[in-house]
Formats: sequence, structure tokens, C-alpha cells
Amino acid sequence: MQRVFGRPKGLTELPFHYCPGCTHGVIHRLIGEVLEELDIIGDTIGVAPVGCAGFSLDFFACDFVGAAHGRAQAVATGIKRALPDKIVFTYQGDGDIAAIGTAHSIHVAARGEKITSIMVNNAVFGMTGGQMAPTTIGGQITTTSPYGRDCALVGAPIDMPKTVATLSGAVYVAACSVDTPKNIIQAKKCLKKAFQVQQAGLGYALVSILSTCPTNWGLSPADSLKWLQENMLPVYEMGELKMTEEVKAL
Amino acid sequence: MSKELMKGNEAIGEAAIRAGCKLFFGYPITPSTEIVEYLSKHLPKAGGTVLQGEDEVASINMCYGAATTGARVMTASSSPGFSLKQEGMSYLAAAELPVVVVNVNRTGPGLGGLGPSQADYFQCTKGGGHGGYRQIVLAPSKGQELYDFTMEAFDLADKYRTPVVILSDGFLGQMMEPVELKKRPKADLPAKDWVVGGCKGRAKRKVASYSLTNEIGEVNNLHWEAKFAEMKDSLQRWEAFHAEDAEYLIVGYGTCGRIAKSAVLKARRQGIKVGLIRPITLWPFPEEAFANLDGVKGILTVELNFGQMVEDVKLAVECRTPVYFHNRLGGMLPSENEILRKLGQVFDLAVEV
Repeated sequence: MQRVFGRPKGLTELPFHYCPGCTHGVIHRLIGEVLEELDIIGDTIGVAPVGCAGFSLDFFACDFVGAAHGRAQAVATGIKRALPDKIVFTYQGDGDIAAIGTAHSIHVAARGEKITSIMVNNAVFGMTGGQMAPTTIGGQITTTSPYGRDCALVGAPIDMPKTVATLSGAVYVAACSVDTPKNIIQAKKCLKKAFQVQQAGLGYALVSILSTCPTNWGLSPADSLKWLQENMLPVYEMGELKMTEEVKAL
Repeated sequence: MSKELMKGNEAIGEAAIRAGCKLFFGYPITPSTEIVEYLSKHLPKAGGTVLQGEDEVASINMCYGAATTGARVMTASSSPGFSLKQEGMSYLAAAELPVVVVNVNRTGPGLGGLGPSQADYFQCTKGGGHGGYRQIVLAPSKGQELYDFTMEAFDLADKYRTPVVILSDGFLGQMMEPVELKKRPKADLPAKDWVVGGCKGRAKRKVASYSLTNEIGEVNNLHWEAKFAEMKDSLQRWEAFHAEDAEYLIVGYGTCGRIAKSAVLKARRQGIKVGLIRPITLWPFPEEAFANLDGVKGILTVELNFGQMVEDVKLAVECRTPVYFHNRLGGMLPSENEILRKLGQVFDLAVEV
């Protein structure tokens, strides 16, 4: 019998132990498929952050390096500069990339570092138990904004992909979501392009993906998707935010 | 072999290139800046890469990344910048990554000043970052040692899979001295069978320091403890100068060790049996240098801080002989006469200065 569906070769056999309803698993799978389809599993080094996505170093079939909190892109820079012919990507949460690691998020793009970054935005600090992140939306209740995020006090959420898109070294910036099958397909296209950009040596590529955190949002998986659609999609600009002519020609 | 007149910082840069350093990530800070400048000019010509990071934090983490590939890599800074690297140093120690880190010690605390200081001794030798790690710390005292120790630091880093700190200071870094540009010694080093670089044809590899369960955490820590113990047993190094028959010992490293030599010679000319122990490895501290204190009536430790290494001297001496302390602070250096006067004062000796 012909096997028509299975685990992509880009993932290890280890079962995900993310919380039920968390979309890290979906995003992992998409990246695993891309690694397999581009036939780059054996040439790729991933860099894992601190936070829930820190687990990713066990789930991907390629070599992996664990970085300090926020430093994944600096670590990836060191790897890429040492091995310019290899594919290097970072997989980071919104806290890692948009709070503690902000300096590196800006400068890796400014330098046009030839790496691929994947930002998973679930609007909270997941692993520490649902605290306010720079991406927490106005009014959102978290354990450190128990009365709802007051933007007058702590500012409005950062739309990191939009910020990064202003920098000339960032040649491909996409903002996606994995809340519907249609959006999952679109996210995979963007992820694939972000790796192809690196294969072609064009510059820095960032794909941001909106994600759910049912555990810390205190919602069921289904209600979490609904919450994402109603509350996050209006705040964060979606789509391929930036694509240089060279990237379009790929 | 011919000698070249070089700034101490330049000697470090040249030694790194000749030791096979392929990547340098740094951020300029006085009085270490000539290192990144020298390498920016010369390392690319030798086939290497220099990248100025957005800050010290980025630079040390770029080193971390490059080291995971097995490439020889270095960074350099001075005290306030070295502080910023401490998170990264802890991760380097935990992930067991060979990186050479130069600290051209300037005065502090805070922004401090640009003069020489030894106030980063604790930070370097006791683990400036979190988590209780150890790293090799080498203390050069002249241009030639800046060159030699830098070259050797890369071998030590590879041999023990550890960060190695070169603890220089603003005086050594800025002074010009003749340096013999020796060739890289042949070292017998273990194969780097742990590096990442794409898993084609082999099993996937990971380099990380995460231990999610306490049981794994304990196993990891026992491994590190054993490794630190092995380094402590096998790496202690010091220079003994007229120490064999000494009745009074001066202990000083780096710049202080160098100045103390003049004090020793001057005392000897006056018939006073003074010797010097100059620690070369600050970690591991050369406890073995103090194993035999027969005939030693007392020790004077000289440092450019409030008293840091003196604690390790006291631990090594175990109260067998009195230990005194002399210092200068804020970028000032003691003179040989000043050290001699202090010796005379604490040990009740008639010294002529």
C-alpha cells in the first residue's frame, strides 16, 4: 500500500510534548516538511531559544544549538559566519525575539545576515506561565497584567516583523498565522521562501507566525483559535510585508 | 628569530592569527580597542572573519555560535564590557565551548577609568556569570607573554573544551615591547567530534546546556565538577623568582608581579632574602607553589584592587605563615621602593630605598 501521509523527515521521531492545542506542533511540522522538500536536513543547523520553543532542539532532525534567552540570532550569526555554505535558522518565541533579544533582532536584519528567523507570537511568555510579553495586546489579561494590558502605562504591542521590514538587510519578511488550513498552507509557502532566500544568499529572512497558548490564555484549543482571530489578527499586519525584487524573482 | 616592537594588545592580535583563530567578534572599548582594530586589519588577509557586534552580549554569543562549529574564535574587551559578556561566559562553560576571551582590565567599579587594574580577579576566577563554573585564567606580565599565552590559550581551550580568559590590564595592553613572533607549537589535541555543521552522513548533534530534570542536572554538574578538578590538578602554573631560599615572599601577578621582581632584586642587593611567586594561572590558582613554606617568615601580596587574590593566597598558606597585603588603586601602580618599604614595615626589616 502506498503511504500518502507521514511524519516529515525534517522531524525526529520524538513525540511533541507541547500543551494540547498549542500551535508550535503545526509550525514545527511545516518547517520539517520544508527542510525535507528542499533536501537541506543534512546541511542545516537550527538554533533554539529559551522558552517553550527551547524544546525544538530535540524535535528537528538537523543539528541544533541551544542559545541563551534572546541570543539565538547572535549565535546563528556566529555559526553562519563560520560556515557560510550551511543553512542556519533560528526558532524563537515573541519574548525571545521581541523583548530580551531585541538588539539582535534589529542588527541581524540591519547586517543582512544570511540566516532565516522564525518568530512564534502567542502574545504571552508561555514557559514561565503566561506573563505579559511585548506582543501582549491592549487589554489582554496576563499574570503580570492582571487588570489587562494598559497601553498608557506599558505601551502598545510591538509588531516586530513590521519593524524589521524597515531595515535594508531584511529582504524577505512575512507575517503569517496557523489558525486555519488556508493560513497554514500560506505559512508553509512563506517558510519555504524564507529558506530559499537563504539558499540564494540574498539576505535576512524573517517569518512571524501567530500562535495560540490555550494553557496560559485559559481557553480551550478551539476557543483559542477564535481568540487569536478576533484579537490578534486585527492588531498584527499579515502577509508578505517585504519582498525585494530578487526575492520575487526566486 | 627577529623581534617586533608591538603594543601589548597588538601582540595578542598577532598571536591569535598565528594560532589559527578564524573568527573574531568584538565591540570596541578602551583600553582593549587595539585588539579589534589590529584584527580588523590583519585577520581577513589571513582568511579569517572579523565582525563588530552590536554590543558585547552579541559578540560573546557570536563566539558561542562559531565555537559550536569547531572554528577557533576569540573576543576581547575591558572590564565594563567584560561584565556584559558574563552571561555568555556561563553558557560557554556549560556547553563546553572553546573560546579565548581577553579582558584588558581597567579600573572600576562602574565606568571607572582607563588605567590598569586587577579588580576583575574575582570576576574572572570565581565565575563572573551565574551557576558556579570555572574557566582557565592566564595572567601575562609582559609583551612576550601576551603573545605566548594567547597562542597557548587556543590549545588549552580546545584541549579542555572550555573558555580561556587572558587577564591583561591597561598597562600591559598599551605598552610597546619587543615580541618574538614564535610559530604555533604543535599540540596534541582531541578530535572535535562534537561540533555541529550539518548531520549529513552521521547522527544529529546538539550543543546546549539545558537540563530539564534535577536528575540530569546533577549528572551534568558532576561531570563539570570532575572536569574542573582535573583542570585544577593539571594546570597550575607560576613563576618562582629567587623563591628557593626566600625568608620573605612577595606574591603578585601580571603587572604587579613584574614590578615586584625589581623589588626582589633590590632587596637581595641589601642582603634581605626576598623571593617572588608570580601566579601565571589565576585559575586554577597555583596552590602547589605554597606547598613548602619552610623558612618563610611571611608573605606580602601586592595587587591593584582592595584585596582579591590575597584570599586565595591565604587559603593556600593555611595560616602557616602570616600574609600581608599591599595595593594601589584607581589606575595607579606601586613602585619597587614602595613595595620594599612595605616589606620593611610589616616584617620589621631595615630596608634602604
